[in-house]
Amino acid sequence: MGLDFSVVPDYLDVIFLGALWTIAITVCAGLLSFFGGIFFAVIALYGNAAVRLPFRFFEWLFMGTPLLLQLFLIYFGLVQIGIDLPAFVAGAIGLGLHFAVYNSELIQTAIVSVDKGQMEAARTLGLSRGQALRKVVIPQAVRDVIPPIGNNMIALLKDSALVSVIGVGELTLSSQLAIGRTYRPFEFYAVAAAFYYLINVVMEAVLRRLERKTALSR
Amino acid sequence: MDVDLILKVYPHFIKAAWVTVELSVLTILLGLVCGALAAAARLSRFAILRFIGAAYVSVLRGVPALIFLFLLYFGGPQIGIQLSAFEAGVIGLGVNIGAYMAETMRGAIISVDKGQAEAARTLGLSRFQAFRKVILPQAMRLMIRPLGVNINAQIKGTALVAAISVVELTYTAQRYIGSTYKPFEMFLLAGALYLFIITLTGKGIAYLDRKVRLP
Repeated sequence: MGLDFSVVPDYLDVIFLGALWTIAITVCAGLLSFFGGIFFAVIALYGNAAVRLPFRFFEWLFMGTPLLLQLFLIYFGLVQIGIDLPAFVAGAIGLGLHFAVYNSELIQTAIVSVDKGQMEAARTLGLSRGQALRKVVIPQAVRDVIPPIGNNMIALLKDSALVSVIGVGELTLSSQLAIGRTYRPFEFYAVAAAFYYLINVVMEAVLRRLERKTALSR
Repeated sequence: MDVDLILKVYPHFIKAAWVTVELSVLTILLGLVCGALAAAARLSRFAILRFIGAAYVSVLRGVPALIFLFLLYFGGPQIGIQLSAFEAGVIGLGVNIGAYMAETMRGAIISVDKGQAEAARTLGLSRFQAFRKVILPQAMRLMIRPLGVNINAQIKGTALVAAISVVELTYTAQRYIGSTYKPFEMFLLAGALYLFIITLTGKGIAYLDRKVRLP
């Protein structure tokens, strides 16, 4: 059975729709991982022991186990306790939380390395600690870690393929759908690979632009 | 928490953890070989080798590992490559992590001070001798820690072969979640074993790093 790419055009609309879902889940999970990362970082640095310790445990658990296993836990585990989430939502939460933990590590380091004088000056000007964090410290910390967070976002895009196993109809699952009809796995996985590569290239270009725009001239 | 169930099924998880360890060791070894070759190609004098190295790194890092694995396992027979699920898992994931390791190794090599190579050449060593006896020993020290990050990622990355039905830890957890409807217990069991493997490996790498670190 050789290769025959002539069947591909018939399914391009299905694949294209899948690619849109891949972009959608990447954006949703990406936003969750970004804001979740900030939230976790603040908890890890400023929370009291009662929230910090469970968080540390959660972080250790999430960084030490495979994403695929976490997706199974979230998707099937929430059903067990009576929360029946659509696969897309469960997938976005799983991906988002997983990368939020990684982003939180980066943001914690960045917050610590923002000059102490910034916080002191903000407090002197009458801002509360929360306000000073939100308006002065965190914006500076986040700007410093845009490049590594961008790398995490690219990793997130590629790991979004995993949500196909819990039934999210994204690029991987839609190519499997086409394979189910045509029995042409090589052709359609190659097409899916090309789509991922393309999305990856565009995303990298956007991130580089963002990096240049937000970089300080020091 | 159903402790009785955990006590009943844990031997299956231990057996599966060994498969995960096997997969990890084999994919990491293959990754190191692919990574070293690709790093060498990317630093070569010959443009064609540089191009091949760069294309390998760019494509493999631009495509999800899962897609590459599926392409090899399900698409392979169409182009005459027949592999068992385990073999496809080792080759697919090994070649994949190799692209990341190549970048790690290249980064370490180019961060060795240029003066070292120049001094070695001035002392009469050939380009290859200078690389092998002067640059590489210094670069090896620098790459242990970042390679440790790749290795940590790859141990978790072996979970992907569950999608092609290799009976390792994640596949076993998934199967027991399906048959017992106890996802938290199964996650805890598999998670504990992953954490054990990863923590132990991390300690090993940290020890190696301390051992070769220059004062």
